Amino acid sequence: MSKIKKILIANRGEIACRVINTARRLGIGTVAVFSDADRKALHVRMADEAVHIGPSPAAESYLVVDKIIQACKDTGADAVHPGYGFLSENPDFARALKKANITFIGPAPESMEAMGLKDAAKKLMSEAGVPVTPGYHGDNQEPAHLQKQADKIGYPVLIKAVAGGGGKGMRKVEAAGDFLDALASCQREAISSFGNDQVLIEKYITNPRHIEVQVFGDRHGNVVHMFERDCSLQRRHQKVIEEAPAPGMTDAVRDAMTLAAVNAAKAVDYVGAGTVEFIVDGSGALKKDGFWFMEMNTRLQVEHPVTEMITGLDLVELQIRVAEGGKLPEQTDITMSGHAIEARLYAEDPANDFLPSVGSLDILTLPGIHRVDTGVEQGGQVSIYYDPMIAKLIVHSGDRISAIRDLAQLCQSTQVYPVRTNTRFLFNCLNNAGFQSGDVSTNFIAENWDALNSDGSVDANLSYMAWILRPDPDGSVFGSNDGWRLNQSPRLEQFRMLDGEEIRLSLDDFGTQNRYVTAVKRPEGRVVFIDGLYFLTTNAAGAVGGAAGGNAITAPMPGKIISVNCAAGDKVKAGDKLIVMEAMKMEMSLEAPRDGEVGSVHFVVDDLVADGDILLELKDT
Amino acid sequence: MPKLASALKPDSSEFKANSAHMQDLIDDLRLRVEKIAIGGSERARERHLSRGKLLPRERVERLLDPGTPFLEIGQFAAYNVYEDDVPAAGVIAGIGRVSGRECMIVCNDATVKGGSYYPLTVKKHLRAQEIADQNHLPCIYLVDSGGANLPRQDEVFPDRDHFGRIFYNQANLSSKGIAQIAVVMGSCTAGGAYVPAMADESIIVADQGTIFLGGPPLVKAATGEVVSAEDLGGGLLHAKTSGVVDHLASNDAHALQIARNTVAGLEPVDYAYGPDEVRAPAYDEEELNGIIPVDTRKPFDVREIIARIVDGSEFDEFKKLYGDTLVCGFARIHGYRVGIIANNGVLFSESALKGAHFVQLCTQRNIPLVFLQNITGFMVGSKYEAGGIAKDGAKLVTAVACAQVPKFTVVIGGSYGAGNYGMCGRAYSPRLMFMWPNARVSVMGGEQAASVLATVTRDGKERRGEDWSLEDEEAFKQPIREKYEEEGHPYYASARLWDDGIIAPTDTRRVLGLGLAMAANAPARETRNGIFRM
Repeated sequence: MSKIKKILIANRGEIACRVINTARRLGIGTVAVFSDADRKALHVRMADEAVHIGPSPAAESYLVVDKIIQACKDTGADAVHPGYGFLSENPDFARALKKANITFIGPAPESMEAMGLKDAAKKLMSEAGVPVTPGYHGDNQEPAHLQKQADKIGYPVLIKAVAGGGGKGMRKVEAAGDFLDALASCQREAISSFGNDQVLIEKYITNPRHIEVQVFGDRHGNVVHMFERDCSLQRRHQKVIEEAPAPGMTDAVRDAMTLAAVNAAKAVDYVGAGTVEFIVDGSGALKKDGFWFMEMNTRLQVEHPVTEMITGLDLVELQIRVAEGGKLPEQTDITMSGHAIEARLYAEDPANDFLPSVGSLDILTLPGIHRVDTGVEQGGQVSIYYDPMIAKLIVHSGDRISAIRDLAQLCQSTQVYPVRTNTRFLFNCLNNAGFQSGDVSTNFIAENWDALNSDGSVDANLSYMAWILRPDPDGSVFGSNDGWRLNQSPRLEQFRMLDGEEIRLSLDDFGTQNRYVTAVKRPEGRVVFIDGLYFLTTNAAGAVGGAAGGNAITAPMPGKIISVNCAAGDKVKAGDKLIVMEAMKMEMSLEAPRDGEVGSVHFVVDDLVADGDILLELKDT
Repeated sequence: MPKLASALKPDSSEFKANSAHMQDLIDDLRLRVEKIAIGGSERARERHLSRGKLLPRERVERLLDPGTPFLEIGQFAAYNVYEDDVPAAGVIAGIGRVSGRECMIVCNDATVKGGSYYPLTVKKHLRAQEIADQNHLPCIYLVDSGGANLPRQDEVFPDRDHFGRIFYNQANLSSKGIAQIAVVMGSCTAGGAYVPAMADESIIVADQGTIFLGGPPLVKAATGEVVSAEDLGGGLLHAKTSGVVDHLASNDAHALQIARNTVAGLEPVDYAYGPDEVRAPAYDEEELNGIIPVDTRKPFDVREIIARIVDGSEFDEFKKLYGDTLVCGFARIHGYRVGIIANNGVLFSESALKGAHFVQLCTQRNIPLVFLQNITGFMVGSKYEAGGIAKDGAKLVTAVACAQVPKFTVVIGGSYGAGNYGMCGRAYSPRLMFMWPNARVSVMGGEQAASVLATVTRDGKERRGEDWSLEDEEAFKQPIREKYEEEGHPYYASARLWDDGIIAPTDTRRVLGLGLAMAANAPARETRNGIFRM
């Protein structure tokens, strides 16, 4: 193996930028690839060279092996870093690169294959002495047979796409009656996301934690670990907040888990960066026999920065060194200090059931302190085509609680407009007493749903107040907000007409709360940020109101119609799933808001719809 | 900039006595303002409210951007001047933010003699317009007035600076692009009808506001026509038929909202200068109360006051060693650059020359001027007259008179004689002028005036060979002292609008900051000096 001279990053967004940074530091050339939608993306401008690889849908650009290889040939790139997602765990891609004499920065295709199909992986792990959870991993995919297996394991069970990952193609089933519906939906998603609808079934552990171990192998037979990460805070099986070390971790349990992880990697002759994920019994203190192998991700994880922060290592650098044939550091030389925590800032709308929120990033102000990994900039776009993550906010501190506090502050001070984000949700998670005490299972978000989705009584009135109370926004003393009156008591309340109604605003009420408020002037009004939430206010009438209801079912976001379950004249009941659409790689069912009769349906399957399009109208009753 | 050192001893008995004395004055001030702010009699206010109208101060409040400061002017106008009680001269005026824009607000108080215009009401209204003119502030008139006070028509109607001047000003302010907005929230009779009619944009409250040149009684007397006020000049008539108003509002709150929208639509301001980062003074502002000695003859260092007014207590003093009875230097107040001129003793030729030089520096550099007045006058005596103190004093007066940068004056102690002129007294058109509650203003001190008059009287008596006992002389002097004490008092001065108001020392920084922010609305003007007598 020889030194790598030029790396092509077969990815986009923050991970592409992050790889470019390390490559540049090591004096290695960089090549970005981009689709139509990413013409102006940050990673394209950061790289030394950039190659256009096709239309916006990933299946026609970032997922096309031939185009990536052609781009390598055209630019003379001698190595490919796949990032995460896309082709990162595709053994055919690794093989094709090998054939083209291009180094793949990642494990051997055989290792990927061994771990890629989850049922086979579990069997293999079981044989290697790594504990695994009870489940069905068989080839018989007859729905009736699968149902029988699920009944045998006992509910709740988890249906998982064998080729799945990243929270996609996974369904939890609470009772036998729901099994077949969930199976069909899971298979549909699996085939559209991964082209493979095979599923496995697992026992669902009731108070589980998700703890994973970062492992690394080199071509000299060494496998080391870099301690654990706790990723228990998940929403719909998607990680939200990750940290290292895991709360409540003891040396004894850590030794057992890291040993199991290293054994797992060794069992597949693992080379490069990988993660062994365990499901952990979180019903009490962590136990040496209270964890089970779930899966191994044969790539760099989204949350790898927390490991970098506690170990001081650059995992991308190590990946490159290993790919060049270099040796890993000795296990005893890998140490950790302090506590690191990461939050994923997503473009999504908490008030609208966390639907991805796409559009332009007219305002994007990310904290300038601590570590922020991002692939977008102010003026950029969150498109419908890719994962809507905006950035990862990462804090490293001496202890867990101060790291949590610092991260909460970062979330408060983040400003994104007009795309909606989960900043407030993250802030609520970080401020949750249960989370702060380390009492977190993967059910945490579901169990605390209401509290975590609280907007902290931030409403239109308050937002109006907030722009008024923005701390000396233009620096003029006339903009100060203590209600000063000459020789009289300050005026601490005010009345305003808002949507035709008179409302009372009290500076007292507002002032007692420790809020992070800023405002930005825009042509359409003032955008006020309160603890990461934004409100658009205008001088004249206060906050701009919300949306209207009625008979229409509108598309909550741009996307594609994947099924229409009714026709004009059909009688429907409240809650019936009338239309299923897919957007941002997520399926969503649009339900009848009330009993009634379908008046008209405006779209058919495979139509692309825009945000706010009226899909279907009910008749007046 | 260097930070001022302080030698103040807040633990000393002297400081405590000074503080207690000042606090008494402030308490008295606040008590009186509290009473003034109530407005008219309880009956008048109840009648006003029963008609669904908001009280005038509440109207002002709801016009302002919530939480923002309001710099009221002429709080003491007409205080104890007329046999009638006319709080704030029946009109509330001040500078505040409306839709993010600094505006001059003039609001009639109909609970005070029906909002009619006393001589000092006119003077206050004109003063408000003068401030709007000098500082380019949009004017919002909240009209609810029966017009001129008929029994005093000779003092309010015919002269140049009487009632008619209000409309003259409206026309000329409008011609300079200074928005004139009228909100008719009650009567607008006779001359008063011209306030909305002369406005750029006017708003009326339906079934409440009326505009007519002659009310129903006058119409009946003149032509015999019997007509209701609403039909003669109500909101609907003027919005729909006559076109005297542009917007019809359903109530006070609605009318004020429309006014806010109107201001929001004005052309944005291009501020002449902006603030830098604002820093609080390094010393406690509360200590301002303990600096001025109870015994006004005792000296104090005015830098102790400057140190508690300016940003970071930083003061770049000019010519510190020369003419040291006048302290000059550069500083920032609420982030705005200022040149400060403060008395630290009687004015000598050197002090006056230094002051004139410093004023020129500030006009040359477009730096607003702040005068802290505490001046017994220019030095007298043969040595000083021969040294040409009159022409040196004239240089300072010339420089101050001609300076076109915004000027602000705060009388922190005495303001006597020609010192008042050189230190930018009312006649020298400071953008704003305020007095501390301990201040005094008169042509000379009461004691000096009594002595001068007594000396003249004694000389006359002695010429005529008459005797004048010391007891008789004392009996002669005492009423003079009392007259000067009464007429030099801030309440007396402010009642006659010789200044824009009385402020507690601790509000000085805020008031100056607001004034500086206000003055930034007007474009910078070039200064051209008159002849300096050399």
